Order: sequence, then C-alpha cells, then structure tokens
Amino acid sequence: MADHSGIYMQVMWNRLISVVEEQAMTLLRTAFSTSVREAGDLSAGVYTPDGRMVAQAVTGTPGHVNTMSESVLNFLAEIPREEMFEGDCYVTNDPWKGTGHLHDITMVAPSFVAGNLVAFFACTAHVVDIGGRGFGADGRSVYEEGLLIPILKFAERGSVNQDLVKIIRHGVREPDKVVGDFYSLAACNEVGHRRLVDMFAEAGLDSFDELSEFVFSRSRNATLERIAARLPRGSWENTLTVDGYDEPITLAVKVSCTGEKVYVDFAGSDPMSRWGINCPVNYSKAYACYALKCLVAPDVPNNFAALQPFEVTSPVNILNAVRPAPVALRHVLGHMIPDLIYGALAKALPGQIPAEGASSLWNLHISARPANGRDGQQHEILMFNSGGTGARPQLDGLSATAFPSGVHTMPVEATEHTGPVVVWRKELRPDSGGDGQLRGGLGQVIEIAPKAGYEFDFSAMFDRIYHPASGRHGGKAGGAGVVELDDGTKLRPKGWQHVPTGRRLILKAPGGGGFGVPEKRSAEARKADLLAGYVTKPETQQD
Amino acid sequence: MRSVDANMNNQYRDIRLGTDIGGTFTDIVLNVRGQSISTKVLTNQKAPEAGILEGISVVTRKAGIGADEIGMIIHGTTLATNALIERRGAKCAFVTTEGFRDVIEMRTENRFDQYDLNLRLNPPLIERQYRFAVRGRLDANGNELEPLDEASIEGLAQKFDAAGFESVAVGFIHAYADGSHERRARDILAAMLRDVPISLSSEVAPQMREYQRFSTVCANAYIHPRIARYLTNLQKLLAEAGAECPVYMIHSAGGLISIDTAKRFPVRLIESGPAGGAIFAAGAAARFGFDKAVSFDMGGTTAKICLIENGEPGTSREFEVARSHRFCRGSGMPISIPVIDMIEIGAGGGSIVWVDGMARIQIGPQSAGSEPGPASYQRGGTQATVTDADILLGKIDPNNFAGGAIELSASAASAAIERDIGMRLSLDTSTAAFGISEVVDENMSNAARVHAIENGKDISEYVMIAFGGAAPLHASRLCEKLGIKRCLIPPGAGVGSAIGFLQAPFSYEAVATRVVSLSRFDVDAVNDMLADLVASAEGFVRAGTTAQIRLELTAFMRYQGQGWEIPVPLKLQRLKGHDVNVIQRHFEACYRGFFGRTIDVLDDLEIEVVSWSVKATERKRKPNRVQPLAGSDTPLTHIFRQVVDTTSGETLDCRVVARKDLHKGARYSGPLLIVEPETATYVSSRYDAAIQMDHSILLSAKCEAEDG
Repeated sequence: MADHSGIYMQVMWNRLISVVEEQAMTLLRTAFSTSVREAGDLSAGVYTPDGRMVAQAVTGTPGHVNTMSESVLNFLAEIPREEMFEGDCYVTNDPWKGTGHLHDITMVAPSFVAGNLVAFFACTAHVVDIGGRGFGADGRSVYEEGLLIPILKFAERGSVNQDLVKIIRHGVREPDKVVGDFYSLAACNEVGHRRLVDMFAEAGLDSFDELSEFVFSRSRNATLERIAARLPRGSWENTLTVDGYDEPITLAVKVSCTGEKVYVDFAGSDPMSRWGINCPVNYSKAYACYALKCLVAPDVPNNFAALQPFEVTSPVNILNAVRPAPVALRHVLGHMIPDLIYGALAKALPGQIPAEGASSLWNLHISARPANGRDGQQHEILMFNSGGTGARPQLDGLSATAFPSGVHTMPVEATEHTGPVVVWRKELRPDSGGDGQLRGGLGQVIEIAPKAGYEFDFSAMFDRIYHPASGRHGGKAGGAGVVELDDGTKLRPKGWQHVPTGRRLILKAPGGGGFGVPEKRSAEARKADLLAGYVTKPETQQD
Repeated sequence: MRSVDANMNNQYRDIRLGTDIGGTFTDIVLNVRGQSISTKVLTNQKAPEAGILEGISVVTRKAGIGADEIGMIIHGTTLATNALIERRGAKCAFVTTEGFRDVIEMRTENRFDQYDLNLRLNPPLIERQYRFAVRGRLDANGNELEPLDEASIEGLAQKFDAAGFESVAVGFIHAYADGSHERRARDILAAMLRDVPISLSSEVAPQMREYQRFSTVCANAYIHPRIARYLTNLQKLLAEAGAECPVYMIHSAGGLISIDTAKRFPVRLIESGPAGGAIFAAGAAARFGFDKAVSFDMGGTTAKICLIENGEPGTSREFEVARSHRFCRGSGMPISIPVIDMIEIGAGGGSIVWVDGMARIQIGPQSAGSEPGPASYQRGGTQATVTDADILLGKIDPNNFAGGAIELSASAASAAIERDIGMRLSLDTSTAAFGISEVVDENMSNAARVHAIENGKDISEYVMIAFGGAAPLHASRLCEKLGIKRCLIPPGAGVGSAIGFLQAPFSYEAVATRVVSLSRFDVDAVNDMLADLVASAEGFVRAGTTAQIRLELTAFMRYQGQGWEIPVPLKLQRLKGHDVNVIQRHFEACYRGFFGRTIDVLDDLEIEVVSWSVKATERKRKPNRVQPLAGSDTPLTHIFRQVVDTTSGETLDCRVVARKDLHKGARYSGPLLIVEPETATYVSSRYDAAIQMDHSILLSAKCEAEDG
C-alpha cells in the first residue's frame, strides 16, 4: 500500500486547495464592501500549527500573497498556545503585522480536531472605511489614517468581543458594512475549518505533518527547477521614477540570482514620504514575489515552500516604511514593483520581458452629499479602474485590464445604485497604447458627475500622469494619465479634491508601453487598429 | 394554438419523438405509447437537419409507423452553443449608450489567470467598429436624464442598411429598469431595416449589470439569423417528410418553448442538450421518490453534475459560454438567462492524462475524443487517457467494448500509461492506472462537493443518478468520496438527454431587476411588476400547451451593501403590506441555510430584493411511483476478472455479469462488474447492487443495508 501514499497525498492536496477556495468564495458572497464583493480584494489560506502557509485560494489578489504568509507568524508570536481555544478568532489591521494598511482586516482562527490544534485558517479583506481621514494619501502618520487594532481576540470560545465591536461601530463612517465584514471574515475561517474536519475524517488523518511536508517538498523542488531553467546567474539593477504625491519618487532594485535563490533588494529607493504612499516591507515583498512567480514558476501553487526561494530585503525607505509612517495608499507604489523588477530582468532576459504598464490601479473613493449644505445622507462610493498593460514579447498589451493587481471593476449600474452619481462615460481611450512592434494596451476614459442637487469630494490616488509607462526594446511609452474637470481645470494626482454640482470629473487612465520598434509592426495590425479605432492617426500612435 | 389542441386530442398524442444534436452524435428517441425506440446517427456538421431526418426514418421503420403519425417532436441542439464557440454567426451591429461603446470588450477588467503573463482574451463577439453609441440616458431608477437621440439612430439605420448588417443588438444603460428607449430605437431601426432581426437587452436579459446584459443581447443577435434559418428549414423538411406535427425546442432551463419563441430568443437554446440529461435524471428521481438527487453525467470529454430537489433540477440566472480556457472561470462570455445550474469539468473517458511540474498526475481538460481517441482505440491516438486506465484496472473488457463492436488494445493502453505516467513517476503501470482513476474521481467529487456547498447543500444526503458512457464505471468511488449512500443507474443512459426531452414540461422563467428595500416596500409597484412577469411567463407557456400552469416566485435578496443575492422562494400572491415580515423571515431562513448564521447585530441593516423571477410550468401528471427495491441476496457463480478495487487499490477477484442476465428484485454484493453494450457499472466492495423493476441498478452502501 505504501506506493499508493503519494497518490493519496496528491489527492488531499487538491482537496486542500478546494477548501481554501471555498473559504474565499464564502467571503466574496457575504462581504459588504464593494472592494471585496465586486472587486475581489481579498485572500484566504490554511497554515500548519507553526504558521507555515500550506495552500492559498486562487480567488483574491496578489497583494496579500506573502503578506498573509508572514502575518500568521505574527499572531503566533503574540498569542501563546495555552491561550488558544476552540472557537477562537484573532484579528489585526496593523499595517506592519497584516497586509500593509489599516483598511485590510486580517483574521486568523485555530482549527482543532479532536482537541488537537492541527491548523490555522487566515483571511484578509479590504473594508470600506476604518475611520481617520478616510481612504486617501493625506494622513501625516498612521495615527491619522484610522483605528489600529493590535493583534487580539475577535472571538474567544465562539463568543465575540463586544467591546471591540463597539469601538469599531463608533469609530468608522459605515459601521454596518464594516462590522458586517468582520463577521464575514470570521465566518469564512469557520467554513474552512469545517471542511478541514471533514477532510481529516474521510482520510483518517490526525495531523497535517505528512501532507504539509509533501506539499512543501514538491513545491520547493518545482520552484528550484524553474529558477535553474529560467533565470541565468547574475545580478541586475534598475530604477523607476513615478509621480509620487507632490514630487517624483524614484524606486531602485537589485535582483540577484544564485541559481538556487533569487534576492531582491530595494536599497537606493527614495526615503519615506510625508504622505500616505509609503509601503511597509511586507507589501513590497508580496508584489516582488508575485512578479518573480509570474515569470519563473507560474504553475506552482502558492505556499510557504514555493515562496521560500525568493528573498526580499530593503533598508528603511519608501518601500520599507517604518512606524508611524502613513501607508493608506501603499498600493500605488506597491503595484509599480513588478515594472521595477522586470526592468532589471529585461537585462538578464532580453526580448522576453513585457513593457511597463499603467500598473497602479486608478481607484477612486467618492464621498457624495447634498449640495449647498443641505441636510441628507452622505454616500461613500468606491470604484476600481484599470489602465492598459504593457505589450508582451509576442502579444499586444491588454486594454483596461488590471495588472499586477487581481481585482475586478464594479458594474456602472451597481455603482449608480450605491450613491448619487452618474457615470457618463467608461470606455477605451484611443491612441493611449504605446506604439511598437507589439502595441501597449489602451487605457480608459471615465466621466463622472454628481447627480443634480449633489456634490462630491473624491480622494485621488492616480499615478503615471507625469511618468507614463515606458516601452521596451524601442517600443514607445503609453499615454500619460490625465485628471481634470470638464471645464479644463487640471486636478492633482493625489489627495482629496472637490467636484461641484454641475461639473464632471474626467479621468484618463494611462496606456501600456509598446514592445519593439514601431517600424516592425505589421501592416495588418496597423490596419486593424485603425479600423477598430484603437488608433485614430495613421502614422504614429504616440508622441 | 388551435392546431396544438387538435393534436392533443387526436390518437397520436402518445407518439412523441425527441432528438438531441450533439457534437458527435445525433440521438433520436421515439416513444410509441410508452415503448421507446432509439438510435444514434453521426451528426451532419454541414446540414444538421439531415441527421434528424435520417434518424427519424430509422426509428419509424423500426416502430412500423409513418412519420405522419408522430404527434409531437421535441428538439434540443448544440448549434447555438457551437455558433458562439466557433464564431460562426451573423454580421452584427451593437447600438449602445454613448460612453459605453466598449463594455463587452472591457469585461470586468480582470485576468482570469493571475499568473499567466501571456494571457490571451477572447476577442469581443462584436468588434469595436461594429459597435455604435448614441445619446440618451436613464438613471438607476429608470428616470430619464437625457432624451434618446432619435436622429442619430435614423442615421445608423441608413448606415446598417448600406453596410448589409444581418442582425442588430440594442443595449442601453439601466434598460432593465425601463426598456422604453430600447423599444423606441427598435421602432426606428425596424422602419428602415426590413427583415433584419433586432434584439433588445431589456427583453433578452432584463437584469442589472451592464457587461452581463450586453454580452447576452449581443450573443442573441449574433446567432439569431443562423438559428432562425435552421429552424425554418427544419420545419419545412419535416413537413416534406410527412411529419407535420408541432415542433418544440428544449431551452437552457430544461423546459419547452415554441419554435417562434426560440427564433426570437435563440440564446435560450444554449446548453439545451445537457439540460435534457438533467431532466432525464430528474425523471428517474421523481419515479423513485428521491427528494434529493445529484445527476452525474460523464461522457467522452466532460463530466456534468447537477442537483435535483423534489424532482426539479436547480436553476441559475447566469452562466458562461465558450470559455477559451476550456473550464477556466472568467474566460468565456457571460449569458444572463435562466439555466439549469450544473457544473461541467474536463473529466471524461477520453481526457488526456499528464504529469505536471510538481510530479502530480493531471487529467484533461484536453480530450482525445473519438478521433483520434484513447491509445487503446488504436485509431491514431497515442496519449494515455482515463479509458486506458479503466482498461488496466480491469473495469473495461477490451475484448467486449461497445458490445464487441470496437476492439480495444490493452497493450496499447498499458504502453501509453507506462510511458506518460509510470516512467515519469517511477510507478508500476497498475499503480499509475490506479492513480489516474483516483485523481479523476477526486476532481469530479471536488467539483460536486463545491457545487453543493455553493448552493448551501450537504451532498452526502443526496442519491446519485449516473448516466453517460463513463459514469457507471466511476460512480461508486465518487459516492464513497462524497459519502453518498445510494446510486441509481437507469436503463437507456446512452441517449439520456433525448429521453429527457420527452419528459420536459412547457415552461418559461421571466426575470426582472427591480431593487426594493423591505423598509420602503412599495407593494403596489411590486404587484404590478409581478403581474407583468406572470403575463410574460404564462404567455410563452400558453404558446405550447393548454394544460394547467404552475407559477413559482423567487426573490433574489441580500443585505443592502452585499453584492451576492441568494434565491428566496416566495408564495406568488397579491402582496399586502404585512407580507414584508414574511419575506424577511424567509430571507433569514435561506441566509442561514447558505452561510450558517444571519447578521443580527446590525440594528439598522436593510434587507433588499434585487431581482424577481416568475417561472410558469405546465403541470404534468405525477409519474408512476416505483418503490425502490432492497432486493434479496443472490449469489453469482461466475468469477471472471481481476479488477483493481478503486477504494483500497488492491487487486480483487471480481465477478462479471451481463446486465441483461440480472434478475429483477435480486441483490448482488460488490465487488462486481455489470457489463452492457454501451458501458459497465463497477460496484465497489463497499456497495451492493439491487436490480429494480424498471431494470435500473440501485447501489447501496453495505453498512446502510445492514442497518435498515
């Protein structure tokens, strides 16, 4: 029978991935925040009793990959084993112990089978509000950005910490939705736990040891094989300059491959910003690992061992911001990390690395209210929008598609049900794809106005307005972003700003960079671009 | 309508013909007063109607009747699905709201595979140069923000006429709330474009979420001319062949609609074949009185799983068609229409087996199909498949496959598995074959488990109904993995879908989005809307039958702020103010069913209804109940074959018996292999098999048989 054990292990591994997938689906379906339920800004996973991640749901976004992995270790350091009971659920939104900003709530629950602690389940979701100044870059320190919940028990032996719930209820703008999401997170871990119990019973398991070792050894070996086959040995550097808040920010990286490990170091990046665009290093690590995994080992499932060969370090700077730096919009720079790393790897693997893309999501947080100080309910509206991705070595870039983030946009019809706004336009932006042998993906144009009798403030979190996505190997840059009102008033790329009643906010999300010199683009491809109106000028696509 | 009545009353009403056009075969089942005669002919890809006529002549000859004696023909086809997959549709224009020209191209702005840098997206069904935007805008409540620009629609009509567009789709923002702009646009276009079909999103799929609704209306317009032509031609040919009886179509949700409805809404024909399979299983469940059943249909390429409660397959309001990455969620186009809720995974007899980078056995989704076929077929296929593993495990007798019609090569199967799996993983061939079987069974049971969970159900309480060529081979292991105690294998499983067609009722589900919160519940407005839905659903059913109609109301509800609605069945009646409390209680009960607990800590949390559905179904006579037989122990003397038991992995001596030789009322103890021309049923050592009065095989878990 011994020779069947490998097959049973493989079968159990498949089952485990389906358990965490179900855990994530539960969160998706019960969550209140549009960021979770429509856009998929979440993650879920299962861990060994010593905190190593065994499986993670594919549903979700890469920003949580490695952050979640390390986050469970922080919980173990804080809560002693003898204080863990069946029915417990632990919580934090500490940016340095969770996933990088206060809006992400991480919950961890121990899983007991027959009285023994056999596993932990963890999940993360982005809630719609966490108090403070609201979701934006304007906080001068993390203390201004909202409530910080240190690692503590959300529930003990099944009963919820009502003091904590009260503090949250009175500290945030949309208490029902936020508290509802806390319950959704707890429920999703519970679902994972129940399925694991079923799986243990069916397979006759009483511990995770053998299965997790099987998963780890297979994943580690596969990742090492891929590194050896895919990456040359050596060391490559790159810098990337983006808009930042009020002055350009330069990010720097050195990627080294020893054949067995890949090291990423962010030394040389700009110092911490006074604004909330700083990244805690756990978030920088997440996107660095994601970029490398896409390139080197896309088919190896995420777990502790699959991530182990990737080591990410940084001295204190904007990509390793330390307490109490403001970090609310850490995604703006975090999303640029794959472009930063790919720029270095293009030197190692010329001709094989995509051009830069819009990369950072063009998220928009709107706070709408009746105009002229009239009384009435205030509405919080969140929209996720994407520009174009960079052209690939054999393929044009993807238009209006999120990369590296894994989120979805929300339907306009659903957004207009959430609050008093009208989205007058949300469509592709012609001529914004960087020219090249392969064309960059197109950005998009969005026009949004308060409904008659309303006005709104919005939190801008846009980049690539002054620093568009560069092309690769002779490809042209993608179209730069634009933020303005319909009367031509230019607006700032970051920070809270006002749109009065009767005016429209116009957002032109950036396009992706081109790949290869434009002269090499085929006549058929150019003809098709003109016919569809992706390009409106026959000669060149981008100045 | 009159002709239907006449037919219903004449002596031929008991002669019905079901026909299912699949990718490979066209199945025909003729039911003459309770007796079934069936045949399979190869699908004629160029002229699918020719295959039907060929099949009809075969079965009528066998039955000794003329085509003119057929009282009713019921038809399902993959043509609509295939036209979308293969992009063989009309030259089609899409008219939409200014500012939203690219909705079907921008999708959800997401990548369906997070780690693939070379991801390819399906190009949009209607290319950008054929999409046209006009001014005119409604708000979320259906109020006009900007009038429709009628002049520019007139301009478009001229343009479409000159350019020779064959079909037009119209989809405006918030048209689910008020379709008047869309109808006005149709009037203007129709005045100039004679004989060009025009599809409206407010009629085809009046649900909120513009991407899904626009995608559905575009798909409808795209396949409209082709399907309408085919149906018209089919009617003509049938009439010429003497079959002048009414023809009805199976729709995606498993009911019948008239040919005229099918011509207007051809998207409703998508997935009608698999729907027939679900009805076939539902019919068996109803006969045996199984309140909770799960159908398991495993063929050459895919396995399909569907939950059936109280004799009715579950339905859903949205699905995805033409996935480019065969079964990857998000890679196809969304279609928002009522549909039988089933999951389909790439696991069939022909699924190709391979080893991935983590040294794991993987199954499919590529399939060797019937051409070139599994290695053992020796028809050019060399890659190892699930069928090849089943041969090595002893479950398929290579010398007696398809009643001896095809000779299979065990040595070719063995060589393929040794080369593709055994050598790579250092496993002997028998262990490799066991591994393949175990992995494919796990994939299918995982899919079934997740599907049940997503519907808030516990699958171990269900009875499995297995059909399709490969299902009976794998059903008992699947039942073990899912904790299912009983499994029914009905006779005639090879043409299950076509048999299912004959059992289908006339039905139509009308769905509309109207967001209403319980605290501000406008009873009159809701009653008006429900009356419209009832009229619409009843109208479609009345086009086919004069029988009594059953009406069911479902509200799709959520806590305000959530994005996922759960179906809440409600009593259809004229609502009064205090019914709101009843609706709330039903919602809370359903919510607990799905997610374990309601959210009761939030005092002022609103509950709202997002969409409403009214389903009208022809009332059918209850099928004659069959009492499941436990059977009495019957020994079997034959011991023929060594079979690897899928439960333990051990090789056992397994008795082999032909299905036709089994006696009604007998019970046989597993392990046992029951063979028949089209398939074989493997009864594992944990199950007994009892032969039922209608020749169905009922597997029961041994421990349960001892208890009861």
